[in-house]
Amino acid sequence: MNDFGDAFWAAFQLVVSLDADLTEIVGLSLQVSLTAVFIAALIGLPLGAAVALFRFPGRMAVVVILNAFMGLPPVVVGLVVYLLLSRAGPFGVLGLLFTPTAMIIAQVILITPIIAALTRQVIEDLWSEYEEQLRSLGAGPARALTALLWDGRFSLVTAVLAGFGRASAEVGAVMIVGGNIDHVSRVMTTAIALEVSKGDLALALGLGLILLVLSTGINGAAFLIKEMALKRHA
Amino acid sequence: MNRNLGTALTLALMIASAAAAAGERFITVASTTSTRNSGLYDYLLPKFQAATGIAVRVVAVGTGQAIRLARNGDADVLLVHHRTSEEQFVADGHGVERFDVMYNDFVLVGPKTDPAGVKGGGDAAAALKTIAASKSPFASRGDDSGTHKKELGLWRTAGVDIAAESGTWYRETGSGMGATLNTASAMNAYALTDRGTWLKFANKADLGILVEGDKRLFNPYGAILVNPAKHPHVKAKDGRIFIDWLISKDGQRLIGSYQLKGQQAFFPNAKAMN
Repeated sequence: MNDFGDAFWAAFQLVVSLDADLTEIVGLSLQVSLTAVFIAALIGLPLGAAVALFRFPGRMAVVVILNAFMGLPPVVVGLVVYLLLSRAGPFGVLGLLFTPTAMIIAQVILITPIIAALTRQVIEDLWSEYEEQLRSLGAGPARALTALLWDGRFSLVTAVLAGFGRASAEVGAVMIVGGNIDHVSRVMTTAIALEVSKGDLALALGLGLILLVLSTGINGAAFLIKEMALKRHA
Repeated sequence: MNRNLGTALTLALMIASAAAAAGERFITVASTTSTRNSGLYDYLLPKFQAATGIAVRVVAVGTGQAIRLARNGDADVLLVHHRTSEEQFVADGHGVERFDVMYNDFVLVGPKTDPAGVKGGGDAAAALKTIAASKSPFASRGDDSGTHKKELGLWRTAGVDIAAESGTWYRETGSGMGATLNTASAMNAYALTDRGTWLKFANKADLGILVEGDKRLFNPYGAILVNPAKHPHVKAKDGRIFIDWLISKDGQRLIGSYQLKGQQAFFPNAKAMN
């Protein structure tokens, strides 16, 4: 198998020549997935914390559902979002199908449960550790929510990164709702799927390597920021 | 907090710029993986855009799925290759009219060692019958695409009850042409493919063309404007411009001039040559 050698060579050539199509695809991938993570974090962090801190009927069911939805199959999410955004569907008039916005919506649905479920765990652990202290200061669950989210921010980075990892790696949802249209909705993963379907395995693997390097870079940056912040607090 | 605000603003800008880019004049065409993978659109569409200022966004899926997209009104023009389904689409009122655009042909590919011994035959159905008798592995699209429908038709002609063989030597991949050829190439299986995808396909391994030239392997492509009476948002004017251009003298000449590895990949056959 010299496909692996060819893959490194293909990836190297693409990166060194700053291939215009590649930069466009990478840019759109980052735009879609980072926007989706941002929105999913806005929903998922407070949602997870609220489930951790408040006691309400059906709470156990919500916890189980959040955990189960961490494993939502991207193709199913894509199909549901397609049916909603299709001209024949309820939101068809918006004309969002086959746009980056549709891809962001699908990814938000896909990763909000991941961020919420992981946040719930983090906040619940913190709460059981600090409940007495916080209560003695007169802080009930409502006040504790923001305090604990802030307190747990370094652990929560991991939850958000898990969401980003899922968003940037999935192909099933963005393929269906984005349509993999050249220069419009083609991202790293759908470009890889396309090259596989053309039988150009080396180029596909090369794109995969670039995706891996990108996501390592983002995770590395997040790690460094966390380390620096921890040092400053120590 | 300021930093968060900055991030939010950056993101808002990114979304806004994406929306601005989406302001261009475009139509959406539901088409097939075979035409996309052949590279024809990369060759043709920039020339169409230069001539008319209309960008064409191609969603390439199997013919079955492309027709469903068009039926839901999610495309302006349908460009696929299964005449019976296309005529049904128009008869059901989903499309305005079907126009011949071009054709190429299907070929039967398989391992060069040819365990079933079908090489060189000119009768596709007879070849399939021989493959079935020898129970040699056959990779099928199995995805309701134009190629899959064609293949099922050939099995019927050959008198083979193929549904009964599924999962044994007959393997339905349920995926696109390229993915199916990847599978065939890994299993050394026979497969039916359109010539365009085959010429461009880079992972042939030990596969080669075994049967070609049968009249039954004719593969015509048709273009249909999705009915604006059913879906008022369909960009009928620009969609019509696209179809008219495809079947115009210029469009037809360009289709005929597209070459893959030194071979003509598509043959123009529009009736209304003006």
